[in-house]
Amino acid sequence: MTKAADTRFVYVIFIRTTPEALWSALTTADFMKQYWFGMHIETDWKAGSSWRLMFPDGRVADVGEIVELDRPRRLVLKWRNEFRPELKSEGYASCTIALEPTDGAVKLTITHAIDRADSKLIEAVSGGWPRILSNLKSLLETGELVLKT
Amino acid sequence: MNEDAVFRALADASRRRLLDRLHSENGQTLSELCQGLAMTRQAVAKHLAILEDANLVSSQRHGREKRHFINPVPINEIAERWIGKFDQPRLSALSNLKRNLEGESHD
Repeated sequence: MTKAADTRFVYVIFIRTTPEALWSALTTADFMKQYWFGMHIETDWKAGSSWRLMFPDGRVADVGEIVELDRPRRLVLKWRNEFRPELKSEGYASCTIALEPTDGAVKLTITHAIDRADSKLIEAVSGGWPRILSNLKSLLETGELVLKT
Repeated sequence: MNEDAVFRALADASRRRLLDRLHSENGQTLSELCQGLAMTRQAVAKHLAILEDANLVSSQRHGREKRHFINPVPINEIAERWIGKFDQPRLSALSNLKRNLEGESHD
């Protein structure tokens, strides 16, 4: 059995909305704060630009670069942790966000991966995404949040 | 997406075992998942298909290999629907207490 040389997770959620509305929810700071526990990404959303994920108190959580941007289908980010030295030292991971229209809904796939085994960064982000995605789904489908804290 | 499909998929010990195996090592191929299981390859493939239909497992192709990944998002939705709304006030009270006792700093 060959042990995988990377650490990766692949999360999938189906949201009853349109790709444009979902793209806008993923890339609009004020909307993002509502489902991302007060956090938001600062960037101009252009391929090649840098981005920063900001805590509500203004500290920087994560940073990176926009590698690929194809609205409203695909967003690829280089992703590095900024606030925990043991995670920052792992360097850049990649986060691919893919939107595919399906029957009355959009299939949103988040793939977060890094070229090293047993990554602590991937372990850390893998815990956060399910709550963020459930919130995003609930907000887009009903206008209400599931979890506020 | 479909709660019935999720509960049906989880109502089988072999499928829960497959999820446990993916949880302990994510991204395994069908062959890797078959190792050490008293099930035929066809049976494992069938269980994996049911888990994929319920969106509990996602898969990606890497060259000739198809790797399988556990997807906890539907289970998280069920937890929030069936547990979160009952426990939220108490959990919030506990985390407030923790914050007050430990100060404002959080990792």
